[in-house]
Amino acid sequence: MAQEIIMPDVGSGVDEGILLNWTKKVGDTVSAGDVIAEIETDKATVEVPVSAGGTILQLNGTPGQALRVGSVIGLIGAVGEQAAPARPSGNGAAKPAAAPSAPAVSVPAAAAEVEDGSLPDGVKASPVARKMAAERGIDLAQIHGTGPGGRIVKSDVENWTPAPVSPAAAPSAPAPVISAPGFGRLPEGPDVEIIETSKMRSRIAQRMIEAKQQTPHFYLTVEVDVEPLLKFRAQINAALDEAHKVSVNDLVVKAVALALRDFPNLNTHYYGDRLVRHKRIHIGIAVALPTGGLINVVAKDADRTALSVIAAQNKEMIARARDNKLKPDDIQGSTFTVSNLGPYDIDQFAAIINPPEAGIVAVGSAKKTPIVLADGTLGIGNRMKLSVSVDHRVSDGAEGAQFIKRIKELLETPAGLV
Amino acid sequence: MTEKNVPMREALRAALIEEMERDETVFVMGEEVGSWQGTHRVTRGLLEMFGERRVKDTPISELVIAGAAVGAAMAGLRPVAEIMTINFAFLSIDAIINHAAKVHYMFNGQFKVPLVIRAASGWGNQATATHSHTPEPIFAHFPGLYVACPSNAYDAKGMLKTAIRDDNPVLFTESIALYSKPSLIPDDEYLIPVGKSDVKRQGEHVTLVSYARGVEWSLEAAAMLAKEGIEAEVVDLRWLRPLDLEPVFESFKKTNRCVVVEESLPHFSFGSEIAAQLQEAAFDYMDAPIKRVSAMDVPLPYAKEIELMALPNAQKVVDAVKEIVY
Repeated sequence: MAQEIIMPDVGSGVDEGILLNWTKKVGDTVSAGDVIAEIETDKATVEVPVSAGGTILQLNGTPGQALRVGSVIGLIGAVGEQAAPARPSGNGAAKPAAAPSAPAVSVPAAAAEVEDGSLPDGVKASPVARKMAAERGIDLAQIHGTGPGGRIVKSDVENWTPAPVSPAAAPSAPAPVISAPGFGRLPEGPDVEIIETSKMRSRIAQRMIEAKQQTPHFYLTVEVDVEPLLKFRAQINAALDEAHKVSVNDLVVKAVALALRDFPNLNTHYYGDRLVRHKRIHIGIAVALPTGGLINVVAKDADRTALSVIAAQNKEMIARARDNKLKPDDIQGSTFTVSNLGPYDIDQFAAIINPPEAGIVAVGSAKKTPIVLADGTLGIGNRMKLSVSVDHRVSDGAEGAQFIKRIKELLETPAGLV
Repeated sequence: MTEKNVPMREALRAALIEEMERDETVFVMGEEVGSWQGTHRVTRGLLEMFGERRVKDTPISELVIAGAAVGAAMAGLRPVAEIMTINFAFLSIDAIINHAAKVHYMFNGQFKVPLVIRAASGWGNQATATHSHTPEPIFAHFPGLYVACPSNAYDAKGMLKTAIRDDNPVLFTESIALYSKPSLIPDDEYLIPVGKSDVKRQGEHVTLVSYARGVEWSLEAAAMLAKEGIEAEVVDLRWLRPLDLEPVFESFKKTNRCVVVEESLPHFSFGSEIAAQLQEAAFDYMDAPIKRVSAMDVPLPYAKEIELMALPNAQKVVDAVKEIVY
């Protein structure tokens, strides 16, 4: 019986990839593990192996086409087997990853291979693969299973290495179509330059449209007295080596992570009739790239990671982001995001939520500012504005207000951050 | 130390002769073991060597053979009773299970039953549905009875000598297909301990667990797989009771995959038992389902081609391995 070749998960948050080329053709005999296609995503170029040997009966898609994660991209049968004519000629790009009854929101790629939501960790994996992944601290959701039905087996864990990240700009394949209203005729002539939209730009465009159209944002802003925070930072940095010195942003990340512990509803992702409450707190940090565009690096378990460790890891990840050397692990799994435009002398701003997260904290610059002191006279304070954007489907104003107030308290009494 | 290539029937015969020479309480009994020289020629020449008192031809009644042997053992002798083929052991199962296996326990240790029942086993000779059984696992079901199932001439000799010397009743089965297959056997005496498995081949990719004739298929399959770069480890259990699974667990922790190879039937089988114990003992080491290669779950057909289809073979082992080595 023919077996379906499924478009694999190519990284969290990525729900499709561009087919660069098929490395095998219909009629070829393949063994389990043979690569049949190269797929480019905005994060990496990945090879797609087959999980079973046999004869390739069908390949769906032409180079340049976008293939959805979880879709059937081909059929493989016993040697000599022919494709059954009755089979729907499932086009990889057309067949949805989710069941027809699923909500219209995008399902994270990791969920696409799951057949049964009751599986431990949501993935099919052999017991020894689970044990080894746990020992090595590898998140099973990042591993592509090559066993039957996409099961993660021992060799998948042994062979797993973070995939190299391809340059974000200048893709050779056409960008995915953005489902926005038409743009009209392209202006031409000597006064304009036509630039192909980079894959990352397309991706950002697509995600931001999705976020703005589908996520009902509300925004709350507070002013934080950062005098104690800056003193605290100076004190601890005096004791830390260069690699571990803590930035204001690291302190905000820590405060947000600790506040999320008290407000687990904001560490929850919206999937229509299901809410996914994340038990671990991974803070995405938006990083502007020198080549344009931005990417989120992820401070894993920020609530229970030492501040100096967060600082060191963030420094390394941000450096890798700017050198285009990110590892998949650097950019996967964020449950809530912090965006900091403080270094750009911005007073305050309202950030767009990174779906399916429930919120994002926007950080402005710390500034000397006139303030009314307790005795009613005027004085000089050091203040920083924090805004939070919240998905109103998940949370409401009162909770959002208490959440941002908690962050403010944590930052104003910074000893609680260590 | 010199050694000779000896077929299994000769190795078994040598074991009988050595033990009868060593201990005069050892005697053989069974249908045609004496003047006919043994249906499978294992007892050839014994009547001439040891006389009628120690080489007893019996009536054609398996219940009598087993029952008399139990009585002789309880009375202090060490009978080695031959049941011509294990198919006929069903007739003597009351004496074997309810008497031989239970007497020591039921009488609070007052009696020992140092008995060996030898029986030829196996199929593939167009003996059809009633005369092709390999019911070793049925006998291994009952506590109190040891079950020995050698896979080659060398093991057969060492195991039979041990079985004769042991104070517990032992059902000792001999694969008909292996009688003429030789092993190198040393001139010096050796014994193979009760309840000790043996790794017959080292490998890192899959563990094949078997006994008796299944070991031959497993080794053949391992050689075929090696040509494709798959190294199979073959564990020969040798005794179904006492069952020594430690080498299987050790091997599985290395290979993470297992195929159980059995000549007998799949339903409530040897393979089921190994799979059950293995998943319990080494769950965290499992990388694929445990596969079984067994005879097909049918009364064995007579026609040669269909009979062979119903039987396990090396190719079926290779196919099963490839299903789980991915």
